[in-house]
Amino acid sequence: MKTHTTALLLMSLAFPVLADDIAMEDQSQILTGAGDPASSKYFQPPKESELPDNAYGQLVQQGRAIFVDTKMHAPDYVGNGLACANCHLEQGRKANSAPLWAAYTMYPAYRKKNDKVNSYAERLQGCFQFSMNGKAPEADGPVIAALSAYSYWLATGAPTGQELPGRAYPDVPQPEGGYDLAKGEQVYDAQCAVCHGPNGEGQKSGDLYVFPPLWGADSFNWGAGMHRINTAAAFIKENMPLGKGGTLSDEDAWNVAAFMNSHERPQDPRLIDGSVEKTRDKYHANDGVNLYGEIVNGKMLGKGI
Amino acid sequence: MNVPLWPLAGLFLAISVSAHAADAAAVYSKGGTNPAAMACATCHGAEGEGMAAAGFPRLAGLSANYMRKQLADFASGARANPIMQPIAAALSREEADAVSTMLADKPQPQVERIDRTALVDGPGETLALRGAWDRNIPECVACHGPSGTGVGDAFPPLAGQSAQYLSSQLTAWRQGTRKNDPNDLMGHIARSLTEDEVTAVSTYFAGLTDKGAAK
Repeated sequence: MKTHTTALLLMSLAFPVLADDIAMEDQSQILTGAGDPASSKYFQPPKESELPDNAYGQLVQQGRAIFVDTKMHAPDYVGNGLACANCHLEQGRKANSAPLWAAYTMYPAYRKKNDKVNSYAERLQGCFQFSMNGKAPEADGPVIAALSAYSYWLATGAPTGQELPGRAYPDVPQPEGGYDLAKGEQVYDAQCAVCHGPNGEGQKSGDLYVFPPLWGADSFNWGAGMHRINTAAAFIKENMPLGKGGTLSDEDAWNVAAFMNSHERPQDPRLIDGSVEKTRDKYHANDGVNLYGEIVNGKMLGKGI
Repeated sequence: MNVPLWPLAGLFLAISVSAHAADAAAVYSKGGTNPAAMACATCHGAEGEGMAAAGFPRLAGLSANYMRKQLADFASGARANPIMQPIAAALSREEADAVSTMLADKPQPQVERIDRTALVDGPGETLALRGAWDRNIPECVACHGPSGTGVGDAFPPLAGQSAQYLSSQLTAWRQGTRKNDPNDLMGHIARSLTEDEVTAVSTYFAGLTDKGAAK
């Protein structure tokens, strides 16, 4: 009896500390399974109208609500102006936009960079700490339970442990001769600013963002996968401008992705000893194409904001 | 010595402010200096509330920059409209600015916040809150904001407009007779909509009306 009480007490004491730890250091990109953009044969998640009206259906709907309006439904864990659905379009259903149905069935998964097996809950926690610049919801708490239920439901009937076509944002080859920030700015002004604002600040309705901020204090941090120019280029090419995916050239997608990611944003929470250089060497040097710790226009990026 | 000047300055300020305000109100209710710039109120209502049955849109509470752009586009023909073209062309720049600013300051209807969290029922609400992504149609609220109350200068409110006006504009985009949206953002969506969808989604947003006192 006494032992049990002590153990419970220890658990409850330990919990807040654990929640503040970085649940998953690895934000590396999905290396395979980009899918064939030409294929129209993608896994079809169930329709919302098929969701049963019971406790399970309600939990799934809670997960969906958190997913589309994260700040409103999980405010304690969101540190910026983003929602899950900003990067996972169509409420996490759209093929080639990192759909939940393709992610859920791939966990637990060993990830080389943090040299451990990550559960799906840990993967979700990573999103909150990096993309949402917030803190990890408790692995056994209501937010992870709801998001897991929503993902599980979307994956109804999907094979487990198999890369499904459409899992990632399809790779976009880097232009020969690299990217061009000045041209990226032109693309931004012509195509992006109408929604995301002239300075990447996003736009609100009331207190809540409608168009997400792309850089600055209310955007994703330097640890998020989207800080990689190659990942952002792939996302942009597939999805932007909203509803007009696939209309930008590969070159424009790269240039504007590089322009977006050449601005300051919140610090990588994995920061080592307060040193951007050390953090770059450990986490960014081999993580796709990114500007963390690099000098752009005479200023070193990665100091945080 | 200087003291008596201050009330005088205040008087001048009051006169210039009221003269400016009177300009906008006069343009709105009586028309511009050029007689071809007919009174806005005739069709858009005394308070800019619009005239639903005739399809004349609400103007109260719209973004001033949005209205300035529409007036400029009517005048230039970039937004084709046989009624508004001569009126907008006859308004001076100052009159157009003043009346846009005055109308923007008028209240928008206060509608209950409805976003993608809500469950959907029927084709109009489904388009509004879920989109039709198999045709690359985003949720209307993704750009026009929760309840379609509008976002910034480029995404006007849908709530508060009549079904007649909304469907006439969507139809104009579908048919290519309206094309003054930034980067064809609305046009490419409207061209993917069916006639039934235009009717359903217009009816949906027109039905989002002022919160009742009970709410």
